[in-house]
Amino acid sequence: MAGRRPGHPFSSRTASLLAFFPHLLLAILEGTVAAAVLALSALGLSLVFGVMRVVNVAHGEFFMLGAMLAWWIAKMVPGGPAIGFVAALVVAPLAVGALAFITERLLLRRINYDPEATIVATIGLMFVIQQLALSMFGADAKAVSAPFTYRIALPWFGFSGYKLFVVVASILILLGVWWVLAKTKWGLVMRVTQFDRETATAFGIPVTQVYSAVFVAGAALVAVAAVLIVPIQQAHYLMGLDPLLMSFIVVIIGGLGSIKGSVIAAVIIGLSDGIISMFFSPTLASIIATLAVALVLVFRPQGLFGVPAR
Amino acid sequence: MSTTKLIVPEKKRITRRSALKLAGAGAASMFAGPGFVRYAQAQSSEPIRIGFQVHKTGIGAAYGKWYGQTTDAAVKLINEAGGITGRPVEIIAEDDATDPGRGAEVVEKFATQHKCDVAFGTLFSHVVMGSAPRAGELKLPYYVVSEGHHVASGKLNRYTFQPGITDVRSQVIAMAPWIAKNLGKKVAMIFPDFAFGYDHRDYFSAAIKAQGGEVNALIPIPPTETSFSRYFPQIPADTEVIYHVMVGPAVLTFVKELGEYYGSNHPPLFGFIDSLEAVSLKSPGLEFLEGSYFWEAYPRYAGAKPSEFDTFYRGKVGVDQYGASVSDANDVSTYSHMFGCWETLYIIKQAMEAAGYKGPDDRAKLIEATEAITTIPEGNEHPQGDKVFNGKLHQVFGHQNITQVKGGLGELVYRTTIEEGLYDSTEDYTKMAL
Repeated sequence: MAGRRPGHPFSSRTASLLAFFPHLLLAILEGTVAAAVLALSALGLSLVFGVMRVVNVAHGEFFMLGAMLAWWIAKMVPGGPAIGFVAALVVAPLAVGALAFITERLLLRRINYDPEATIVATIGLMFVIQQLALSMFGADAKAVSAPFTYRIALPWFGFSGYKLFVVVASILILLGVWWVLAKTKWGLVMRVTQFDRETATAFGIPVTQVYSAVFVAGAALVAVAAVLIVPIQQAHYLMGLDPLLMSFIVVIIGGLGSIKGSVIAAVIIGLSDGIISMFFSPTLASIIATLAVALVLVFRPQGLFGVPAR
Repeated sequence: MSTTKLIVPEKKRITRRSALKLAGAGAASMFAGPGFVRYAQAQSSEPIRIGFQVHKTGIGAAYGKWYGQTTDAAVKLINEAGGITGRPVEIIAEDDATDPGRGAEVVEKFATQHKCDVAFGTLFSHVVMGSAPRAGELKLPYYVVSEGHHVASGKLNRYTFQPGITDVRSQVIAMAPWIAKNLGKKVAMIFPDFAFGYDHRDYFSAAIKAQGGEVNALIPIPPTETSFSRYFPQIPADTEVIYHVMVGPAVLTFVKELGEYYGSNHPPLFGFIDSLEAVSLKSPGLEFLEGSYFWEAYPRYAGAKPSEFDTFYRGKVGVDQYGASVSDANDVSTYSHMFGCWETLYIIKQAMEAAGYKGPDDRAKLIEATEAITTIPEGNEHPQGDKVFNGKLHQVFGHQNITQVKGGLGELVYRTTIEEGLYDSTEDYTKMAL
């Protein structure tokens, strides 16, 4: 682009290189943020699928509820965006987790975690939550202030400091979840339940309680993701669809139930999306992401890091 | 005792007689229930029934809510003043979910089930495109409030009108001279990647060229996009004006990210208020818009000297001088669009009374009476200003406004004449059969 400038001091080759670097930098930055957003929003879905082997179609609506609550709390709590943000980080996961708990008791447990029935039931739940949000919060998009505003001024363009904070926060959350799963007794119980439900029952593990806890934890995690992400997007009652679809793509490519796989898939998709959509077109990036899902399903149905169904 | 009796007790068995009774009761309740209207003879005391196709849900819901509030206020006034041809007006609102397929069904329902006299009120252009053909087939007069160029393009039919709001082509033609003169001639356009955005792209590109300027970058953005930074490198360094028109819930993110990208050193911005309808200019992240310019059909901020008609209209709709609901200052209206509902209802009234409209048999006369409208004076019925209606194009033309954001409020800097928004066209709906 700079090459078009009349009387530019550099040769056109140098100029195009100079123009290329900032573009690449912005593409990588945007891609990293996209990867963090993807990994965060897919984490809950991956956890629930991994342990319970059910697909929660209302996952995106839990995300939307988290974002809506963040907006509502920011409006209700006095003392500026930072305090509202912290309050939302505490309250939103609790509230969404409570809703998930009720859902698990009244819905999933009644249909005995049957995979097909769960899909249908959570589709219904998705519409119920959407319409409730529409009638309670209204149809307009709601902006939520970031807890801090810091613009990183680079020589070529500026970048949001909060977006980088989201990247750091999502890395910490992912490490935290990994630590719980890999190093604690709770994680062991979950992994055993995931490995074989019947054997776990035989060893005295209260499987239904584990399911309940995992479902609630999955919802709470996606609510935390929403509170973090909503300042760089905005709250709207139809916003749940996008994270749902992207979470599915990430979880399928990464391998159903593999958190490591989800993270790697999120990084691949986020970065490729950032770079392809910057240098070619966003539509092409979406085509490639969807094609990748199809190819993974054909050549490696269990995903990159998934374990074939037992 | 037979085995049947063991399984199904006698009293619960469905006999032919009880089944008939049930069916009869069901049919009777259907006739009595809402939505079913006996219209054996159209009596003069029967209300005029206006089918209101409204975006209650879907991406147009924020607009739909305010279209509803404006319509209710106008109908209340019309009824207080004696209705239309002495008959009361009844609004039958149906949600189209901002969906073209559903829109066509709603039009069908108005014509066949609700026996509406006319249909009215659609905003989103894809819903108009989906619904208008059905209205034409059913010969149901269809008054849209959409601002797309589709009506005036000649692609729709004799039964579809846009008499209450100007079209995009007229709006951008009226803006181009001011932009070229005051802001700059090299314009980078950011617009939604569907029909509404293409009207902007095509007609503004031509209009700025006519002013000796050029569009140096066209940046279409898919309507479902949620992240925008990656589009901004496409804006050339020598850009003199950034022209933006965005719709949908992600516009706040768009503005915020544009602000983060450019900081304080950026080319002047010219936007269409469509980007920020129902959104307060004081929302977090919109500080970046301070000093930038907007097209508005009807300025949201009343300013120091509002017309008496504007004050009257605001009072009746329940909107304060900042364009927000009088009951909730955070509930910002879609001020630059919803007046179209108010003004369109008065056009329907004017045309029905001119046609001596009595019932659906007079629909052809109603069409001709609407086409015969020419000048529309400013007044309580038309608070946005005087207008000129082109009966051949089925499209109204009016004044456009340019406002500048100052202190989070809009300040009127220029109001165009009607002539600045006129364009030549050879389309003529009046030649089509009725």
